[in-house]
Amino acid sequence: MATANENAFVKFDRVQKSYDGETLVVKDLNLELPKGEFLTMLGPSGSGKTTCLMMLAGFETPTHGEILLDGISINNIPPHKRGIGMVFQNYALFPHMTVAENLAFPLEVRNISKSDREAKIMRALDMVEMGSFASRRPAQLSGGQQQRIALARALVFEPELVLMDEPLGALDKQLREKMQFEITNLAHALGITVVYVTHDQTEALTMSDRVAVFNDGRIQQLASPDQLYEEPENSFVAQFIGENNTLHGEIREINKKKAVVQLDSGQLIDCKPVNVNKVGDRTCVSIRPERVEYNQKRMQKGAHTLKAEVLEFIYMGDLFRTRLRVAGNDEFIIKTRNAPDQTRLQPGQEIEIGWLPEDCRALDA
Amino acid sequence: MTDQSSTQPILAADGVPLKKSLSRALRRQKMRALLLISPLLIFVMLTFILPIGNMLFRSVQNDIVSNIMPNTVIALQDWMPDGDTLPDETVFEAAFYDLFVAAKAKEHTKLGTRLNYEQTGISSTFRKSGRGISKPGKALAKDMAGIDKSWSKAATFDALFNARSGGTRSGGADTTLLRAQRDRLNQLKGKDYKGDIGFAPSLEMAMALPMASREYTYWALFMALEKDKDFKKGKVSEAIYVALADDLTNPALADRIAGLTGPDAELIQKTAAAFRDRPRISYTDLMLGVNENWGNPMVWETIKLHSPAYTGGYFLNAVDMRKTLEGPAIQPENKQILIILFQRTLKMSLIITVSCILLGYPVAWLLANLPVRVSNLLMILVLLPFWTSLLVRTSAWKVMLQQQGVINEVLVWLGIVADNNRLEIINNQFGTIVAMTHILLPFMILPMYSVMQTIPPSYMRAAKSLGATNWTAFWRVYFPQSVPGIGAGSILVFILAIGYYITPEIVGGTEGVFISNRIAYHISSSLNWGLAAALGAILLAVVLVLYWAYDKIVGIDNVKLG
Repeated sequence: MATANENAFVKFDRVQKSYDGETLVVKDLNLELPKGEFLTMLGPSGSGKTTCLMMLAGFETPTHGEILLDGISINNIPPHKRGIGMVFQNYALFPHMTVAENLAFPLEVRNISKSDREAKIMRALDMVEMGSFASRRPAQLSGGQQQRIALARALVFEPELVLMDEPLGALDKQLREKMQFEITNLAHALGITVVYVTHDQTEALTMSDRVAVFNDGRIQQLASPDQLYEEPENSFVAQFIGENNTLHGEIREINKKKAVVQLDSGQLIDCKPVNVNKVGDRTCVSIRPERVEYNQKRMQKGAHTLKAEVLEFIYMGDLFRTRLRVAGNDEFIIKTRNAPDQTRLQPGQEIEIGWLPEDCRALDA
Repeated sequence: MTDQSSTQPILAADGVPLKKSLSRALRRQKMRALLLISPLLIFVMLTFILPIGNMLFRSVQNDIVSNIMPNTVIALQDWMPDGDTLPDETVFEAAFYDLFVAAKAKEHTKLGTRLNYEQTGISSTFRKSGRGISKPGKALAKDMAGIDKSWSKAATFDALFNARSGGTRSGGADTTLLRAQRDRLNQLKGKDYKGDIGFAPSLEMAMALPMASREYTYWALFMALEKDKDFKKGKVSEAIYVALADDLTNPALADRIAGLTGPDAELIQKTAAAFRDRPRISYTDLMLGVNENWGNPMVWETIKLHSPAYTGGYFLNAVDMRKTLEGPAIQPENKQILIILFQRTLKMSLIITVSCILLGYPVAWLLANLPVRVSNLLMILVLLPFWTSLLVRTSAWKVMLQQQGVINEVLVWLGIVADNNRLEIINNQFGTIVAMTHILLPFMILPMYSVMQTIPPSYMRAAKSLGATNWTAFWRVYFPQSVPGIGAGSILVFILAIGYYITPEIVGGTEGVFISNRIAYHISSSLNWGLAAALGAILLAVVLVLYWAYDKIVGIDNVKLG
């Protein structure tokens, strides 16, 4: 990451931010994103992701470091001169203006002629399929409609970079899924660069080209959604993205391809070493629930097996979710597809489960 | 089936119309709500709304003239004033007895004060007449006592006129007369006397000596009911002698007097014979003898003009006009002050409101946008004046602003102002505006603050991210949303300001006083409560009209207090 990329459209260079002079909210942030990328900042609340967005928008100034936009430092450029579109969590549609007036606002302050203005407004409204709502007031619109207008307003002055701060947080699940799809399509169709902040990992995974997982003021991992899910680089990412089973243990043997971990319950298992480096280190072994198999017929060759006791069986329609006790861990979850030949486990049943050593990642403790 | 349901009222499960069922269900809630507010409601009704309604009613109430001089008012109805002819004898007759009775009951000065609002000097006419009204009667009493000593005793009159005493009179009692005189007393004193006093005028006497019967009946009732004394003892009122002399010199009654029989007929006939050569009693002469002002047609005009029980006169006075025979007219220039005061009150209230907006808006903005710890401190500073007495704050301004006060001293010390040319910043409009702006400022800041608090900072951020400068973002986005707060504060400050009294009184001098100071003057000094009530009613109407106009222009829904 340290290698300078001359093509970076947005670049955070060793950015730090502190509000009170005692603690750093953002610690040494380095991030580059090329033009046209949809990047999501994902993390729990208080992880610094919104602060980063606000620094990029110009509402907060970095305590240290530089933010560059198209190669130019924007640290000292006030927000209104940055030309960055922004969609706010509560939409921030001006309640005393109609939809059309809201959309006209960024054009008026840019002294765009009335006829151009109207054409742009109509185009932007059509883009979000809200062409017939121009004369309504925000209060007369539903949450989803307001969301579309906020999007149209952020796009109407044709910014190259659009920031979105949890824009779908207030919508219900169905509407949120629909809007996720529409925002991604729109962003790609317009070729704009988007920095999107959310704490919803599904949203991050489905929408983004790349996801930056924030925790404790740092980017824990910056990768494409599939990489992030399949190959988490540390235990935080593994825990935070998707469902995850964790077994604690100690490294007994290690080389580039394989590590042998002795679990706290005594069993030895083979793992793929990710960020562990020497024998004797504590480690968290991470296995995704859907990679665990208990059906002996389906068990793949080379799979590693362990004894387990069924504690709970939950029928979820398309999936079966079973809670097991494995190596002293009562929260071990496995997910199996609801297939015709699948067996349904009963609580109290003693079974044998297994997984491939590649699916089992030894991460930092 | 579906058609039927759309035309007929929807029924609840038990067949009762749904609306009825609903209102029954809500009745309990409404009753409880009413019960909860009832203590305050009763308190406000009794201590606030009723007294204020009563006070406002005084602005049109004018029954004092017709209560104190009822017969004069009736007699004056036929008189057409033309500027120099006096009313005829009947008016003077009514006025003589009305005034006599009022003077005995000590009511005549009240009427004098009332009419003095309309014509200066008339109250002294009433006061002097009250003192002199007994004189003509006294002289006649002396004459009659000279004819027969028994005329000086009250018992003689009782024996003459009381149908109950001895029961020897023919014709029984004149209950109509008794009732009429009791009503006269009740009307004058505003009482409701009832009951028997052991007197009823003899019908026979009422026919032969109508005036004397009337006055004696009134006298008996007055003594017994109002004074709680025995009317059969001591002396009778002087008016009775005048009435008796009138009857005895009245040629129309001569035959009846001559035809009287019975024990006392001789006394009357003897006196009548002695009075036969005297001219008929002239009330005009009597009244002019009491006070020469009664010969001025203006006095009668004033009484006639203000005799109706309800008058618009106070309202005319409140807008610098007055009632004349030709209808409403403008007051003479030297009496025009109230319109000026109304205009000044409105103008200065407006200036104070605008000053409060200009000074309060930035403070309210800071309060709403600073971190809580700092804004709490600032809030305490804003609220501090609330915890100090209004009088103390106003007096502090007096100390600050006067010629030898803090501000002038500092300016002189700094050399900005010459010692012999100190600024006049108190006892004028400037002083009132400064002090009232300071006192009313919290009423502007608090509503503005509570509205600004509800404006999320993301609006300003959104505006800036859309390309607006700080000023544009404020003016186009923040300010319009804070207007309801300005509106609420302005209504509050303006309405408080136009009714303000104590501050203009202390720091306003003569130039800086408001209409409310004039109201206070009429309430406590000139005692012209009718005018004070009319001024108050106009002030109330102005506030309501402004409120209505504000509702039409801005919309009262846009006013938020939080």
